[in-house]
Amino acid sequence: MTTAMLVSIIMTLIAASTPLLLASLGELVAEKSGVLNLGVEGMMLCGAVAGFAVAFSSGSMALGLLAAILAGVAAAMVFAVLALSLTANQVATGLALTIFGIGASSLIGAGFVGRTVQRLGPIFPAALSEHPVLRIVFGQDVVVYLSLALVAGVSYFLRRTRAGLILRAVGENDASAHAIGYPVVAIRYAAVAFGGALAGLGGAYFSLALTPMWAERLTAGRGWIALALVVFSAWKPGRLLLGAYLFGAVMTLELQAKAAGVSWLAPEVLAMAPYLATIAVLTMMSLGRKTGRLDAPACLGKPFTAS
Amino acid sequence: MLEWRRRREPSLPMLVLSPLIAIGLTMLTGMIVFTAIGYDGFHAVESIFLTPFLEPQRWADIGVKGAPLVMIALGLAIGFRANVWNIGAEGQYVMGAIAGTGVALLTYDMTGWWILPAMVLAGILGGMAWAAIPALLRVKLQVSEILTSLMLTYVAVQFLYFLVRGPWKDPGGFNFPQTRMFTADQTLPTVIEGSLVHLGIPVALLLAVVAWLLMEKTTAGYAVKVVGLAPAAARHGGFSAARTTWATMLLSGGLAGLAGLFEAAGPFGQLTPQFPVGYGFTAIIVAFLGRLHPLGIVFGGIVLAGTYVGGEIAQSTVRLPQAATGLFQAMLLFMLLAIDVLVRWQIGWKRRAA
Amino acid sequence: MTSIITRRRLTFGAAAASTLPLLGRGASAQAPLGVGFVYVGPIGDHGYTWTHDQGRLAIEKEYGSKIKTSFLENVAEGPDAARAIRQLAQAGNQLIFSTSFGFMNPTIQVAKQFPKIHFEHATGYMRAENVATYDARFYEGRAVIGTIAGHMSKTGQAGYVASFPIPEVVMGINAFHLAARKVNPNFKTKVVWCSTWYDPAKEADAAKALIDQGADMITQHTDSAAPLQAAEQRGVYAFGQASDMKAFAPKAHLSAIVDDWSGYYIKRVKETMDGTWKTGAVWGGIKDGFVKLAPYNDAITPAARAAADAVQAGIVSGKLHPFTGELKDQKGEIRVKAGETASDEILSKMDWYVDGVQA
Repeated sequence: MTTAMLVSIIMTLIAASTPLLLASLGELVAEKSGVLNLGVEGMMLCGAVAGFAVAFSSGSMALGLLAAILAGVAAAMVFAVLALSLTANQVATGLALTIFGIGASSLIGAGFVGRTVQRLGPIFPAALSEHPVLRIVFGQDVVVYLSLALVAGVSYFLRRTRAGLILRAVGENDASAHAIGYPVVAIRYAAVAFGGALAGLGGAYFSLALTPMWAERLTAGRGWIALALVVFSAWKPGRLLLGAYLFGAVMTLELQAKAAGVSWLAPEVLAMAPYLATIAVLTMMSLGRKTGRLDAPACLGKPFTAS
Repeated sequence: MLEWRRRREPSLPMLVLSPLIAIGLTMLTGMIVFTAIGYDGFHAVESIFLTPFLEPQRWADIGVKGAPLVMIALGLAIGFRANVWNIGAEGQYVMGAIAGTGVALLTYDMTGWWILPAMVLAGILGGMAWAAIPALLRVKLQVSEILTSLMLTYVAVQFLYFLVRGPWKDPGGFNFPQTRMFTADQTLPTVIEGSLVHLGIPVALLLAVVAWLLMEKTTAGYAVKVVGLAPAAARHGGFSAARTTWATMLLSGGLAGLAGLFEAAGPFGQLTPQFPVGYGFTAIIVAFLGRLHPLGIVFGGIVLAGTYVGGEIAQSTVRLPQAATGLFQAMLLFMLLAIDVLVRWQIGWKRRAA
Repeated sequence: MTSIITRRRLTFGAAAASTLPLLGRGASAQAPLGVGFVYVGPIGDHGYTWTHDQGRLAIEKEYGSKIKTSFLENVAEGPDAARAIRQLAQAGNQLIFSTSFGFMNPTIQVAKQFPKIHFEHATGYMRAENVATYDARFYEGRAVIGTIAGHMSKTGQAGYVASFPIPEVVMGINAFHLAARKVNPNFKTKVVWCSTWYDPAKEADAAKALIDQGADMITQHTDSAAPLQAAEQRGVYAFGQASDMKAFAPKAHLSAIVDDWSGYYIKRVKETMDGTWKTGAVWGGIKDGFVKLAPYNDAITPAARAAADAVQAGIVSGKLHPFTGELKDQKGEIRVKAGETASDEILSKMDWYVDGVQA
């Protein structure tokens, strides 16, 4: 294998991992606050279509990315109103949000089928971004750097800041957090909105960077993989980064192996691998713990009412 | 000042009325939204929510589409009441079909009345086995069944792909990824000669009655409700949460497996990669639409099946895009969940502190 | 029963009536002929389903108010398809096109219940008195782009982004490779199976993997334009699928195999109107207008252009058959003897690859 090929494979896997990382990082924060939003796929599609529509119409990539974030937040707010304010069942609300996102994105996107925009490009000057080796570091687009910065930021936020501590407290024991005087519902709104923003951005990474176009169901189920990654990571941002990149690597290398003529495992076995791995990780974590308790936020998925 | 007050008891009239109000609001909102974006909103809504029920020749279609939804939702709802969140019914449905098809492929050169019952048994066991994994993980290791059952769905679907593209591929099928067609002895009989109405439809209705009796008239049903509502009281009263988890997971898995087998041996007549169409997920909507009540679920199943049939009518009559059907279904659930608040809360004038 | 339906229809007004025109209405002189379409994907896929919908629009343009078309999109193969086809039949359509292989059994099943309605099933092999089949010889287009690839490739390697190894895809790969090998005897065609018809990000990554392995020509048998975009990004050439995809990759897009169903649809509508419709099996190629090549990119060298045109002309005149022996499979077994051409029977069951294909 030549260096050029290796560099190229790494570039591909970083690109493939980035939307998964974004969407799952957002979901991680929402889940840390005790909210299980199964609507990731729907929010991603809303972001993908809004990002493309605005970037195409305005010609501005920045506006497109912003629109994707806002669309993700808007979709997340539908969830939040129902699941947090009206304390509706989170599982049902999340599933409805996914169905909604698929339908709405396809209706909105109908007028943009067959169009394309200029691909989201690298931010550093060509001397760096097109360097044969250094482009791994300097040849990425703004969203890749942002996603990595966000991993560090979220990790720091959750572990080192007072606000992060409060967010975790809300997810671990909402009744106590409420008794101490923290606004449980407002904090969860913020966490869900953050999740929506990142899912929207992750969706737009498809329509603006990976495959700059809009087509129905463009994200092809990546939202569900993002949900699995959160569990795989045991709700830790660092491990989430590892998980997302591992997943991107497996998928990229599978295609590389096929292109090289290596008949590897059946593609179906590879496709089930992340889910089986996640269940295995969950099981091992539980076995390895004396208390039998996981890192899953204790209040995950449970509605909270302040009375 | 107006204020929200939590009801002491869920309001029974609201419990029954809320799905109807949700349907009404969905129709109204849908009419306005789709008219605003340039479609014939009135006829779109009419096609989706009324036409399927008013034209008798659509009823068989509604039955075929509704039966698996009702069957799966019945099992899920019992679990939901016990706070057991099996959302992987789609996987159990697929595994049931796979297990039943396994029997069919083993017996394809045999004849006999026993073949179909053997497939049914395998279907139920297949679904149960797949549901047993999240049950075991929850009971023994406190791993959330929401996440594990969801993940196992994807594993089941990939397993199906693997089988129909590999070992189970029809040897005479030009490499198309699908199994052999089932033989006459492996096919679900129809109950009305020459129609689509297969055995699964009356079975689904019968199961709804059984589930209702189980929930309302037996200690087991009572235990499920107590464990769901007041886990501490349940422990005190000697009801085991672990046993309830096992029972409800296996029941919902078995019903999903049965539904999968019926679908494979009935309308499909073989297994293909297109077999999973999301009944396991749609059934969650049906369960909520039916207020987690067995008889309500029959109603919910009929309404939702009607929207599929009606969505196609709306496509061909007023050119409503297919995506709109999903939008209507999502809206329906949103409305229901929003109105749900009226079941548990009421609006009243703020009382002054004395 | 009939009276109940009628009464209901009267009660619920004209709207309900319009959803269910009286049977036989399409046959009367002044009422428009109902033509229905069942699609496996969304009309917004800009691929396979889109091309069929272009055919539908073509008959609307051709016949105007004399016909009334309707379609159902995203119809799942299986029982849902049977319901969709029946729905169109009950709605009074006289001619119904079901446009995916997986609709075969449902089409036959529904057609039995509606002997007076004409059904047309794309890409299948089961027929009946009122069920005709039609298909396109896409492999003829593959032979043309294979010729271009053979001329234009510097590395002598093409990457093929494929879906599933069903006969239609396998014969496309073989036709492409045979044509390229005629130009360059050492040509290699590498196939990556995506195990999906549609997953843009995965299709793009498959194309990138093939480019990494040395391919400088990308062709595909999946539905999205993503592989072309990947080729554009990496500065190699590619061919579009199903429709002209130049807009997605102006530099990379050398040409595309364009599916054009409009001629067949216009003809069959006319025959239904005239009462001359008969069942049958049509497998149309370049000569019949079913398969077209999108305008060539200016980057194509004159030599390549001339060779491609010659292949196209040869296929049209019948002098050239893309599968002319001697053809050996990967194991070296002779599948088509020297001087013979592969019969349609052999083609429609093809499950072997000619040597030099890496699949």
